[in-house]
Amino acid sequence: MLDGAPVPFEPGQTVLQAALAADRYIPHLCYHPEFRPHGSCKLCTASVGGRLVATCTTPAEAGLVVDSETPQLRDVRRTLVQMLFAEGNHFCPSCEKSGNCQLQAQGSDLGVTTAGFRHLYPDRPIDASHPDAWIDFNRCVLCELCVRASDEVDGKHVFALAGRGLTKHLIVNAPSNRLGDTTFAASDEAMQVCPVGAILPKRVGFAVPIGSRRYDQRPVSAQALDDAPRPAGRSP
Amino acid sequence: MDASSLSPVLDPILARWGRTPDRLLQVLREAQDATGWLSPELLAATARSLGLPLAHVRGVASFYSFLALEPAGEYRVLLSDGVTDRMDGSLELGERLCRRLWAEPDHTAGDGLVSVRRTSCTGLCDQGPAALVNGIAIPRLDGRVVDAIADLILARRPLDTWPVDLFSIPTNVRREDVLLRHGLSPGVAIAAALARNGAAPAGMIAELRASGLRGRGGAGYPTGNKWASCEAAPGESRYIVCNADEGEPGTFKDRVLLAREADLVFEGMTLAGHAVGATRGLLYLRGEYRYLLDSLEATLARRRAAGLLGATAGGGPAFDVEIHVGAGAYICGEETALLESLEGKRGIPRNRPPYPVTHGYLGRPTVVDNVETLCAAALIAVHGAVAWRRLGTTQSSGTKLLSVAGDCTRRGVYEFPFGVTVREVLEAAGADDPIAVQVGGPSGTLIDCAEFERHLSFEDLPTGGAFTVFGRGRDLFEVARQHVHFFAHESCGFCTPCRVGTSMLASVMDKIHDGHGSRHELAELDRLTSVLGNGAHCGLGHTAMNPVRDTITRFAPSYERRLASADFAPAFDLDAALAPARRMTGRDDPASHLGDAS
Repeated sequence: MLDGAPVPFEPGQTVLQAALAADRYIPHLCYHPEFRPHGSCKLCTASVGGRLVATCTTPAEAGLVVDSETPQLRDVRRTLVQMLFAEGNHFCPSCEKSGNCQLQAQGSDLGVTTAGFRHLYPDRPIDASHPDAWIDFNRCVLCELCVRASDEVDGKHVFALAGRGLTKHLIVNAPSNRLGDTTFAASDEAMQVCPVGAILPKRVGFAVPIGSRRYDQRPVSAQALDDAPRPAGRSP
Repeated sequence: MDASSLSPVLDPILARWGRTPDRLLQVLREAQDATGWLSPELLAATARSLGLPLAHVRGVASFYSFLALEPAGEYRVLLSDGVTDRMDGSLELGERLCRRLWAEPDHTAGDGLVSVRRTSCTGLCDQGPAALVNGIAIPRLDGRVVDAIADLILARRPLDTWPVDLFSIPTNVRREDVLLRHGLSPGVAIAAALARNGAAPAGMIAELRASGLRGRGGAGYPTGNKWASCEAAPGESRYIVCNADEGEPGTFKDRVLLAREADLVFEGMTLAGHAVGATRGLLYLRGEYRYLLDSLEATLARRRAAGLLGATAGGGPAFDVEIHVGAGAYICGEETALLESLEGKRGIPRNRPPYPVTHGYLGRPTVVDNVETLCAAALIAVHGAVAWRRLGTTQSSGTKLLSVAGDCTRRGVYEFPFGVTVREVLEAAGADDPIAVQVGGPSGTLIDCAEFERHLSFEDLPTGGAFTVFGRGRDLFEVARQHVHFFAHESCGFCTPCRVGTSMLASVMDKIHDGHGSRHELAELDRLTSVLGNGAHCGLGHTAMNPVRDTITRFAPSYERRLASADFAPAFDLDAALAPARRMTGRDDPASHLGDAS
């Protein structure tokens, strides 16, 4: 039961996966249908059997009562998005990812108009050492999708996380810690999967004008449902 | 240092630990002990030897506070920065030490001799302020000791030639009950458990269930159920893990058990192994307790020689124990983060389910128990469930070890039956004029004097063992502020609410401290509390706001007298920022000031 309506599920599915497959949206950021759920951004937090948990990692079970669209949970999600905006340096108007960015799209869906916290203004130099791609760490939301993609799909182990707490940051697999000295290629899944403007191809700038981009056309809530994997023969 | 000169250092360490990735943390820790810090060359050589990506190795090394990725000096001094250390004057002593050493805090001296930094509570609260020098604990700092340390460092005396009394750490046991005066010879509890098991391996587990024993780390999960689930879980091998990562500020009773009752701890691990069908045990020792490692290893060696560990441990099936040492990460006390750390990874709590009893160490069924829980299990093996139930309350059977520190005359470890009142403990400890007690550390509950009749038990006031007394004159706002900084420092950074929220919490508390607080900040604390409590990944995040919650409810005046009267006051003081401009222009007239004066 999700917000009062029954949702079918298959063994092995998590609550979020079952919901998306059944055309029911729960906001999420670090979850991607092609990767094992991670559970770090906590945007998909919902009340499951009375406890607030991340639905992307909670196994679906018969009889679970899940409440997602409540004022309290909208508040929690809005605050989480605000925290991410305050933690990094996000200047949407000048970002190539604007309109294709999931963080921005979540903010827009949830009605986030300001960061709501003191900006932390971290000092994060960019890495433009690679001939075909560059990393703007200012925009990284630490979802680890690139880490997972490079480990599991590309088989290259280019990315990892270092530090802890607020000093946690993305590093690359080279003694110099420069992307250009790794085996990374612009065709790697690790770049395609970045939900924000942190890992971007070089020499692409505003080829699609702002206003005609992915989330300019339809909100992230609708796009996520289009992308959700569904068992054969079941349409939303 | 080039790669070839690293081999003599690294090879013996790798030989001892085996060249498998799950020993990465132990290899790094020992390599640092040998060379003073983890150079890029050392990390690269380690990565190559273990077949790991360099980025992974750097990721692990940078997670743990005690691992240094930059030269940290021949002498690395870490001053314990717990609340009780500060109450005992640690900040002033730290300044004195830095002055004597001509050292700047948090920096390694230019000549590479020494660095002085602060570290989270080191578990010597009954004999603070404390410090770690090259990882070895020194208690009872005062002006004389600090000067002596400075002289020894300046004279470049090797640490193993320092006066031994500097390092002497008494156990300070103040009250003994059944556990601390058990009087059992090594092997007795294992034999008793084997007899209980008899033909059916469920015998010891049934006895534990009947005893009502609950986990002593604080969460209070029924131990018998945990063992039964592990025993029933499918898997080719099982593990017993002893959680000796006692990091909760204010707690030190496990240190005393490890120093005084190591045999009983290993006895409990062994009989747990026999009960669930595990042949291997791992003890994860807090990095701060590194000085106990040699005596623990000696106890293991003695037990192996006596046939209490090994192929037929105490006359039962095979069992042996390996000790891993942590490296400065509070989060590793969380059982799934501890398992990650045991596997040589960053200490990030896992998603649950699955739980460790089915998918624990290396994905195998694992029992993770606190040091004290394992000792209690050994006692129950000998004396039985009925005797254990005679002590304590209905839902909290047996006794509990308390680490009593703070404003009282008799600090130390007290063993009381569960159900004892806060007042009884205070009286035993000689607390003259207490205004508050923090029960269970900063992640527990802070109570005021109206609540001193409450009982320590899972029914009323649960506790992992910390019992920190605050006397009249102590500023509880400052205590909460320090704890909030502690959580921000120790957050693993995995989930958004805790990574960002604990730092936001600290900055709001700092703003109030600086006199810029207003109603707005109190509302911010509320908002952060809700997101941390509702959204965080693990117990650290869920409880990080407890010190703030408890002090706002019980000690509201300590906040109110700091608040500016307005609904909102900016943290940034524009007029103060103009001071350099006034100095440069030699002006101080009213027109050069902002605000009412202009």
